[in-house]
Amino acid sequence: MKSWLTTTDHKRIGLLYFWTAFGFFLIGGLEAMIIRAQLIKPDGGLGVSAETFNQLFTMHGTTMVFLALMPLSAAFFNFIIPLQIGARDVAFPRLNAFSYWVFLLGGLFINVSFIAGPLFGADRLSVAPDAGWFGYANLTSRQFSPGPNVDFWLLGLQILGIASLAAGFNFIVTILNMRAPGMRMLRLPPFTWMALVTQFLIITAFPVITVALVLLMFDRFFGTHFFVPQGGGDPILWQHLFWMFGHPEVYILILPAMGIISEVLPTFAKKPLFGYTVVVYSGVVIAFLGWSVWSHHMFSTGLGPIADSVFAGTTMLIAIPTGVKIFNWIGTLWGGQIRFTTAMLFALGFIAMFVIGGLSGVSHASAPSDLQQTDTYYVVAHIHYVLFGGTILGLFAGMYYWWPKMTGRLLSESLGKVHFWLTIIGMNLAFFPMHFSGLLGMPRRIYTYSSGLGVTTFNQVSTIGAFLVGLATLVFFWNLLRTRWQPVTAPSNPWGGSTLEWAIPSPPPVYNFTVIPTVASRMPLWKTERHAPMAALPERPPAPIHVPGGSWWPMITAFGLPILAIGAISRTLPIVFVGVAVVLVGIYRWAFEPFEM
Amino acid sequence: MAYETGTHAAAVAHGHATSLGLDSRKMAFWAFIGSECLLFGSLISTYLVYKGRSLTGPFPHEVLNIPFTSFSTFDLLMSSLAMVLALSAVQRGDMKQGKIWLFVTALLGMVFLGGQFWEFSHFVREGLGLTTNLFGSTFYVLTGTHGAHVTVGVIWLLTLWIQALRGKLGPANAMTVEITGLYWHFVDVVWIVIFTVVYLIQ
Repeated sequence: MKSWLTTTDHKRIGLLYFWTAFGFFLIGGLEAMIIRAQLIKPDGGLGVSAETFNQLFTMHGTTMVFLALMPLSAAFFNFIIPLQIGARDVAFPRLNAFSYWVFLLGGLFINVSFIAGPLFGADRLSVAPDAGWFGYANLTSRQFSPGPNVDFWLLGLQILGIASLAAGFNFIVTILNMRAPGMRMLRLPPFTWMALVTQFLIITAFPVITVALVLLMFDRFFGTHFFVPQGGGDPILWQHLFWMFGHPEVYILILPAMGIISEVLPTFAKKPLFGYTVVVYSGVVIAFLGWSVWSHHMFSTGLGPIADSVFAGTTMLIAIPTGVKIFNWIGTLWGGQIRFTTAMLFALGFIAMFVIGGLSGVSHASAPSDLQQTDTYYVVAHIHYVLFGGTILGLFAGMYYWWPKMTGRLLSESLGKVHFWLTIIGMNLAFFPMHFSGLLGMPRRIYTYSSGLGVTTFNQVSTIGAFLVGLATLVFFWNLLRTRWQPVTAPSNPWGGSTLEWAIPSPPPVYNFTVIPTVASRMPLWKTERHAPMAALPERPPAPIHVPGGSWWPMITAFGLPILAIGAISRTLPIVFVGVAVVLVGIYRWAFEPFEM
Repeated sequence: MAYETGTHAAAVAHGHATSLGLDSRKMAFWAFIGSECLLFGSLISTYLVYKGRSLTGPFPHEVLNIPFTSFSTFDLLMSSLAMVLALSAVQRGDMKQGKIWLFVTALLGMVFLGGQFWEFSHFVREGLGLTTNLFGSTFYVLTGTHGAHVTVGVIWLLTLWIQALRGKLGPANAMTVEITGLYWHFVDVVWIVIFTVVYLIQ
């Protein structure tokens, strides 16, 4: 127990990230199930009130984006990146532990709002955030949202931002500076490359939302008018700041999954990644363009024809590097010896579903058509094809691919295939009809609809599909748990992968590599035209290896942040001071504790 | 440049071989500074977007005191000079000079903070509060965020100074002092931008 609380081992932190994020994924999924059950018939199938419904869709979006998808990617960054680059750990192991604890506590802080009502004198149990996951001004002002709901949201997201930023600095340095000899930048595995691009997006995008949240905090706590029209403030500024973060965030969510796909497809097609360099550069181009498109979320605010045209153009441009990647993945499959393992099925599912989401995305890029689609279920269909059909299918591919490496145990392939088919059928039943209900005029975020709207059947199909996805997720959960109860031991390289993580035992020993390997090619474990496979590493370390010990201070410092937030939300200055003191003491003890790398 | 030699010496002293030959902590700090640029960039943009959109006074030209703030700016620039001298002394192993200049840097930082405190209270007396108008809100949040950064820097510098007094800071820690300097110079550069945008270009 103590060793897990104080751990600075990137593999253990990776597993902590995985289980925590998977827990939040189940909570976010449960919220989705309630939403869909409510919408199964006109006038509400579950009797959920409008207030509760607002909380459910807000928390579903916030949870899935910040507490499930990002940290599930982070689980793989933590576990896999040091192994792929031939390192013993990340550059700053204690900072890494800090990121995890801040993420866990920030996630708990937001979710506590579900039962915190009585503490705030509310007449209901739940005071969860209820202004939507992008919290548009001036709905979030004290005037229109008087309760603590939005405060939980804005304080929680600031805490989570600290976790992401700290991890971002850590992984940039790890990837650039901790590579094994011979691991040049253009020999990095594509997953690590996409992770690097993602970290640059994180450290540039998160400060922007931090500023937006701080300004909102000043509006709500101290009575400023940054987003309040009565005082001259402009609610549209919130949209600019939010989407300046929000659009890079979309690529923060999808690029890691694209990286996973670029590992899985070559392994199971037994061919090198087609056009590796172009795939890498396309990822970089996507990130750059991702910074120039934010206003396509705001066409309906009336930006004017020049701005509309520019942002429509830049948005359509992104289809080019994305298309390049898709054709390269297909090129990888072409003529390969394909093995349809579960990981491979999810990777193929990613390509197909992401293309659908990408196409509806291009249809938003056109400002006139976007005006028809804004705030309808068509947008909900799009976001779920890219974030579920894209990111989550990609993450599932990664789970089946790397689970044996992470735990030393194989997941059941037959249960995996049940999981895959239930997921793919369920998600298409759930999300495809939303294109139609949206174009027929069904607005997003309504808690009931009337039978005369003509969207009843579409909604019923969507609900059935959503429950199939829920069932599929339970199958997957069962599959995970089964590896504990009925373990099937995994060899070091069960899939015949080409990258360094497969050169060491499953699960890897605490020091990862007995000797740091020297890398001579992009696929060190495969025979290529010019290179023989890397020689096997010795089974025992020839010299003693120093492994850094654990530390309490990252976790203790992290605890200061929710204490600070509790002080702020309850307007209790002494608690704020306690939070500051905990952070200060934590940082000083951390800085001065003997910790040898 | 003194910086380059320092990097090399520290990297050798720590025995860390890194892929790019750059100390990992220093690289992380450069990434952090890049991230901070976006933070201050967003705040400055907000200030510019709301420029001239205050519904009531006091307006910028009625309260801003350019001669006084020029003195604060000069003070902060001199603190950067002191920081350079501190680093150079620590790298040479001249801890006597090192202690002096670390303290002078912190002291000049505190003078700047004192000036900001005086300026803020003066503005409040003139009738410009945080919530008076958009100018007040954007001004206090922008310069206040900068002041918070200076405060962190002063605490950091004083910590190093105390370590030096206790004989626990020497040439082996030159990288720590160099990173402190990176942060300090960055905060200084941000102030020059704020001084230009807020005070000089009204």
